[in-house]
Amino acid sequence: MEQRKIRVLIAKPGLDGHDRGAKVVARALRDAGMEVIYTGLRQTPEMIAEAALQEDVDVVGLSILSGAHMSLVPRVLELLRANGQEHVLVFVGGIIPEEDVPALLAMGVKAVYGPGTPTQTIVEDIRRAVLAAEGSAA
Amino acid sequence: MRLVEEVLAGKRLALARLLTLIENDAPEGWAALDALYPRTGRAHLIGVTGAPGVGKSSLVNQIARALRHPQDGEPPKTVAIVAVDPTSPFTGGALLGDRVRMRDLSGDPGVFIRSMASRGALGGLAPTTAAVVQALDAAGFEVILIETVGAGQAEVEIARLAHTTIVVEAPGGGDDIQAIKAGLLEIADLLVINKADRPGADLTERALRSMLDLGYPQGHHRPEDWAVAAAQPGAAWVPPILRTVATEGKGIPEVVQALHAHAAYLRASSQWQAREQARLKDILDHMLQAALLARWQASLPQGHYQTILERLRRRELSPHQALEALLNLTPIPSAEDPRLVS
Repeated sequence: MEQRKIRVLIAKPGLDGHDRGAKVVARALRDAGMEVIYTGLRQTPEMIAEAALQEDVDVVGLSILSGAHMSLVPRVLELLRANGQEHVLVFVGGIIPEEDVPALLAMGVKAVYGPGTPTQTIVEDIRRAVLAAEGSAA
Repeated sequence: MRLVEEVLAGKRLALARLLTLIENDAPEGWAALDALYPRTGRAHLIGVTGAPGVGKSSLVNQIARALRHPQDGEPPKTVAIVAVDPTSPFTGGALLGDRVRMRDLSGDPGVFIRSMASRGALGGLAPTTAAVVQALDAAGFEVILIETVGAGQAEVEIARLAHTTIVVEAPGGGDDIQAIKAGLLEIADLLVINKADRPGADLTERALRSMLDLGYPQGHHRPEDWAVAAAQPGAAWVPPILRTVATEGKGIPEVVQALHAHAAYLRASSQWQAREQARLKDILDHMLQAALLARWQASLPQGHYQTILERLRRRELSPHQALEALLNLTPIPSAEDPRLVS
């Protein structure tokens, strides 16, 4: 019987070590019925893209509290595209200044979630986005 | 089929997509696997099981590393890793965290790591784990490590899927009890005590040895002897007990040596053939069960199952009567049926 699960990669690129937010989101997505590949701390963009490919994920969630988002995020997006995974939806969470959000969205990030974003919002956004992506691919 | 061509050409994205199709039980996945199947049978399949927290992922990481960087001048082997974690029966979701322990392997083009959720299967493996392993075998990986939490029947399942099964223990886990677990002795080809630097490692080893003594009264071998003993014609393979501290890479060369020795033993003793055949029968039977159940469920009249379930809940039917009613072996007894004691 054909079934389909939403597969999400949660990664912390760069050097910041605060992973509680990433873990909270990972658990919330699991509780929403998704399969969450949690890769942990200190991931390079190359490691993230490699994992996204092997795991054939629908979504990549990047948790960044170090302020390095403007260099890390474009690199991840570039690698995903180079690997043929331009369809993967990328979300960014953590400490992202308001003024950087438009640039991130323009790069191709689907949404940026600041601290205190209800996990239910993230769950619903992901479900809607994956459904829409499938609709357009069909 | 384009997907098949791309997989055979070594395109990783195609392989990853194929694994997804197989996991999702998509017809395209089965068709691709049918085309690829003749190329399976070359990989050495190694199962790694044990209780949560014993260090299976760290051990798998180290074994893979050692296979990729052999110390003995042998060429490196390509390695695929399938890490299976349980799906929550309540939410249908899963947290797949085994990659966290495998950082050392990132960037290596000869390694492919795939995390799988068990998706409702009762044992430690997902219903499609065997098929995913076949796809990786056909794609050319020479060694495939399958890691799963050992719980209940899980150890037996993985032993049926793999050529070599490693059971991992750690000190302090109530090992006197563990040692009594019946299935363990029959399915372990290697017993590894990980976190062997912790107190209680000696106790764990003694418990495992006394358990092995029950199964192998002819005596079992010191690590230095088993490779020689196993090479004797007609010899039985007695599982060696090895100690490791996976996070420090200690004891890993011995584990890899044991893995190679076991593979050689299986081939020399024609056990490889016997296990392959048992493996394939098991895969077929599993698929048959799932397919028959699905087909039968589809044939049930709407609401029939619910009606019977409801009557069972109200204790109007015993479980056995409910079963017979479902299978249409007897008509559903009416409420006035004298067989029902009110």
